[in-house]
Amino acid sequence: MKHLLSAADLSYEDAILVLDTAKQLAAATEQGVGKLPPLRGRTVVNLFYEDSTRTRISFEAAAKRLSADVINFSAKGSSVSKGESLKDTALTLEAMGADAVVIRHSSSGAPHRLANAGWISGGVVNAGDGTHEHPTQALLDAYTLRSHLRNGEGDLKGVNVTIVGDVLHSRVARSNVLLLNTLGAKVRLVAPPTLLPYGVEDWDCEVSYDLDASLEGSDAVMMLRVQRERMNAAYFPNAHEYSSRYGLNVTRMNRLAESAVVMHPGPMNRGMEISADVADSQRSVIVEQVANGVSVRMAVLYLILGGSESM
Amino acid sequence: MTHDFEPKGHVVLDSSDISRALTRLAHEIVERTQGATNLTLMGIPTRGASLATRLGEKISEIQGNPVSVGAIDITMYRDDLRSRPARALLPTTIPPEGIEGRLVVLVDDVLFSGRTIRAALDALSEHGRPELVQLAVLVDRGHRELPIRADYVGKNLPTSRSEKIQVNLIEHDGVDEVRIERES
Amino acid sequence: MTSSAKTSYVIKDVAILDGKPTDIVIKDGVIAEIGKGLTADQTVNGSGCIALPGLVDLHTHLREPGREDAETVLSGSRAAAMGGFTAVHAMANTNPVADTAGVVEQVWRLGQEAGLVDVRPVGAVTMGLEGTALAELGAMADSAAAVRVFSDDGKCVHDAALMRRALEYVKAFDGVVAQHAQEPRLTEGAQMNEGVISGKLGLAGWPAVAEEAIIARDVLLAHHVGSRLHVCHLSTAGSVEIIRWAKSRGINVTAEVTPHHLYFTDDVVESYDPIFKVNPPLRTKSDVAAVRAGLADGTINIVATDHAPHPSEDKDCEWTAAAFGMTGLESALSVVYETMVQTGLMNWAAVADRMSVAPAQIGRVSTQGQPIEVGSPANLVIFDPRASQEVDARKTVSASRNTPYAGRTLPGKVVATFYRGKPTVLNGELNA
Repeated sequence: MKHLLSAADLSYEDAILVLDTAKQLAAATEQGVGKLPPLRGRTVVNLFYEDSTRTRISFEAAAKRLSADVINFSAKGSSVSKGESLKDTALTLEAMGADAVVIRHSSSGAPHRLANAGWISGGVVNAGDGTHEHPTQALLDAYTLRSHLRNGEGDLKGVNVTIVGDVLHSRVARSNVLLLNTLGAKVRLVAPPTLLPYGVEDWDCEVSYDLDASLEGSDAVMMLRVQRERMNAAYFPNAHEYSSRYGLNVTRMNRLAESAVVMHPGPMNRGMEISADVADSQRSVIVEQVANGVSVRMAVLYLILGGSESM
Repeated sequence: MTHDFEPKGHVVLDSSDISRALTRLAHEIVERTQGATNLTLMGIPTRGASLATRLGEKISEIQGNPVSVGAIDITMYRDDLRSRPARALLPTTIPPEGIEGRLVVLVDDVLFSGRTIRAALDALSEHGRPELVQLAVLVDRGHRELPIRADYVGKNLPTSRSEKIQVNLIEHDGVDEVRIERES
Repeated sequence: MTSSAKTSYVIKDVAILDGKPTDIVIKDGVIAEIGKGLTADQTVNGSGCIALPGLVDLHTHLREPGREDAETVLSGSRAAAMGGFTAVHAMANTNPVADTAGVVEQVWRLGQEAGLVDVRPVGAVTMGLEGTALAELGAMADSAAAVRVFSDDGKCVHDAALMRRALEYVKAFDGVVAQHAQEPRLTEGAQMNEGVISGKLGLAGWPAVAEEAIIARDVLLAHHVGSRLHVCHLSTAGSVEIIRWAKSRGINVTAEVTPHHLYFTDDVVESYDPIFKVNPPLRTKSDVAAVRAGLADGTINIVATDHAPHPSEDKDCEWTAAAFGMTGLESALSVVYETMVQTGLMNWAAVADRMSVAPAQIGRVSTQGQPIEVGSPANLVIFDPRASQEVDARKTVSASRNTPYAGRTLPGKVVATFYRGKPTVLNGELNA
């Protein structure tokens, strides 16, 4: 693996390798091993053009646990806020000897450009780009699903995952549809028609406008963040109508199978797409998702930087 | 598991040779660790871990009580990590009693350059400070590149560098045998 | 090589459009003789080549005044000549905007000074392209630049009442409004064609309906007020259908398609390389098939380049930060040859019509787009269809390098261009 730009870059074997590697790394952490040595002498740059404390911290913790040198470069208060282009920033990082760049950017495809425009030679990890993808989130979601529903082993064949909410603007949904399919899961997207991308019928998943009809048979329900501002652009009338039609509340949760889990990539809008009672319930694996994020990101960084340059 | 093609080289240890070697190793370990009461066997995956399990069973039989057995993956501690694409990690299993203050015997299939064992010592130190660490191998083929030697050797097999030692075990390969293959 | 205004030229053994090889003599700015065994001061070997009337581009961004770092009237004129053009229409979205007689006269004068092609300024429809008040259309028409084409290109005249008035007003001087058909609310933040690929790439979509809705409205408006309307860079199958319907109703509408909309589909955007970012966006396979068919059957009247030079900093960046547009003057004829002639959809006579005769008529350029016959102004392009060349962005004549064909091999090559009897390109090299 040279880069991780899209969940579509991962073959079945790659995806399983990432999950298995994450599992071994999580075990090392559990066994009390503080720092692992494989990225000693490697420099990982966290290049964050959007505020995202949790993702940045997760990557930072992952890189540090693997003994990498970590440089955090956030857009605020840096040369970026003075109008420096992505290209010039990239050339600077290249000159500084960055072995990998973890990039979060509001522009879809920015990581793709960083990896392919010839500006840098190191690996690129997409930490979320615009409304495109967030592949490490999908990996940690798959990891969480696998540990709950498949005893932490193998793939997700036969698992039914329902993803609910603002699919149109969600990079998490795009990456999850791709990766969960690769791993054999069945994905259903549930959203008001206004929040589904044009052409979604060509995606490898089922689509429904009706949450209540989609609960039965779901092994996992993944609630996506819905920004209240969307109603100003007429995607839905108001927050109340949205949450009554598409929010996950206790009544709906109780209709899920005994073993089903509730997920959310965070940050949550409690009371909007998910009620507080559901978020804090036994079925919620939301906090666990965060913990798994570090292991999965360690695995990705290890697989990109832990060996020789190319694969 | 079956071989996709005719196995190369010739068999130097067959199934009964391996079994006898392991039995002898088990007795030696018991003898030299004064009854193996504080013993933990740590196999180096993949085949070293299986050998550790087998050795543990044999020692338990001799002693009449279970022996602590674990596995220690050395992948991230290798000194040639950068020479190949990132390798898959293998499981590390630390027994519940840990390794702190224990008498740890590392178990591997073949001792060659000694680099794997150096890595294993580093990996082990992350999990605690054993009282003593020893090394048991099924085959010692020589050509050491580091000041490392085995405490228990199933079979010394003098080889040339161009030869390859292939240890096959039932758990992974469907057959117990040690082969010498000449590099073509 | 010496050449002066007095030098005469003979192009030997060249096929006029789809005809048999013959010789053409150019003297004193006109075609002096056509026939076998002719001679002149200088000889151009036209064997195996096609002679077409000099190409006329109805849609060119020359960027001067304001963005001389991207292109100037001179550099754009040179690029045009290299592509076989003898006339270009310079779009109004300069800085300052070409919305007064002063600006259009400046551009016109710069074109005269460059002297490589007729530079015909396009006037803005509205003041500052802001879509709120009419620009001085009559003053621009009456100026030395004699503007006949008016366009807010880059922006759509979206106010229906304003569009109606503009269509009516330009009738007084036989002008035409060239509309950039883009419903603004449906395309806020749009980055690429709205379709399966935009959904996958997470780029905001530019739906076909945003173009089609404006075209439908405008043809009905043109019909209502009895004006002529020109539709810029039409890009969708639906747009072709609407134009076809409008023409069947006798509505006085003409339409253009760009070479890149004949050539590319939106799947090239998967590279996220902004070299493919353009407005209107590259469309789907079925759209490309429809615009090709529409151009072949005459529903779409002309090919126009929408040559849009940008400095590299506006393209060597992430997709959403990049500027819209691609260069096209130097590659246009090869692209039309590949997409329309090699595919059997059009012959050379049709190419001459779509790239010279019809655009000259729409722009009311009387000395251009004339038949290749004795007495016609000597505006000619000699094209060798047997040649092919790999496009190298670093070797473009345009001041900008944002050609989407970089690294691709295009068939054919402009061997010579004659502008008013003077060779601006000879032996495939700029002669100026």
